[in-house]
Amino acid sequence: MESLVANGSSILFYVFAALAVISALGVVTMRNPMYGAISLLCSFLCVAVLFLLRHAEFVAIVQIFVYGGGIMVLFLFVIMLINLHRLPEVRKYAGQSPAVILLAVLLLGFFGWFFLQVQFDGPAFARPEAFTLVDGENLGNSQAVAWSLFTRHLLPFEIASIFLLIAMIGAVVLGRRQ
Amino acid sequence: MLEVTTTHYLVLSFVLFSIGLFGVAARRNMITVLMSIELVLNSVNLNLIAFSYQLSDLTGQIFAIFTITVAAGEAAVGLGILIALFRLRETTQLDEATELKG
Repeated sequence: MESLVANGSSILFYVFAALAVISALGVVTMRNPMYGAISLLCSFLCVAVLFLLRHAEFVAIVQIFVYGGGIMVLFLFVIMLINLHRLPEVRKYAGQSPAVILLAVLLLGFFGWFFLQVQFDGPAFARPEAFTLVDGENLGNSQAVAWSLFTRHLLPFEIASIFLLIAMIGAVVLGRRQ
Repeated sequence: MLEVTTTHYLVLSFVLFSIGLFGVAARRNMITVLMSIELVLNSVNLNLIAFSYQLSDLTGQIFAIFTITVAAGEAAVGLGILIALFRLRETTQLDEATELKG
């Protein structure tokens, strides 16, 4: 029991990493896009847990809200809107899929080998206060992220709002009936 | 048990990236292709968070939030294109969208 508690974060990482990979495989292999979407949701939630394990609490919650809430609902709406039951049974994979599998496995092997050679300088997470410190006060991750967003990264933040406006207008124009 | 390091996160993120890459290039259904692009963007976020932790730097988390923003915009526009394609051809199969083929 003691070892289970001591290794809790490692066990959580392995469990949720395996779940994320399995559900990601589900996304690319399911024939019905509805099952694929549910699988994608599972993958997003598992990745949110992995964010939590890296002390990125705010990003984990944003991941659940935006991916798990917004983007998933968008996908499910579109899948229901186009009513796939009327579509005929067709081939699932394009003709180039063996070449793609080969490419993906080669890339995976090369980068996996490369990552295992990498040595990082110094211990990880050497300054835990960097994620919670706001103006000399220890307030929390959300406030630290907000402080950084509205001071140091204000210009990208405003550009992101313009980007979202453009994307919204673009989606409305594309979806309009001619 | 083995301690989880940044390398673990890099390998996991690249596995998810490869799965997404396979989905983008090999599937014929446009909805699945869009979902695979989301997988790829999500694996990039995993990398950013892992390096943010390794270097004790908040900037990685800020960048991950911007990546999520771009992913949301991409999904909205991509699904708009999907609906336009469906109105035009009554299909979501990508290789039947041959309007621009000479």
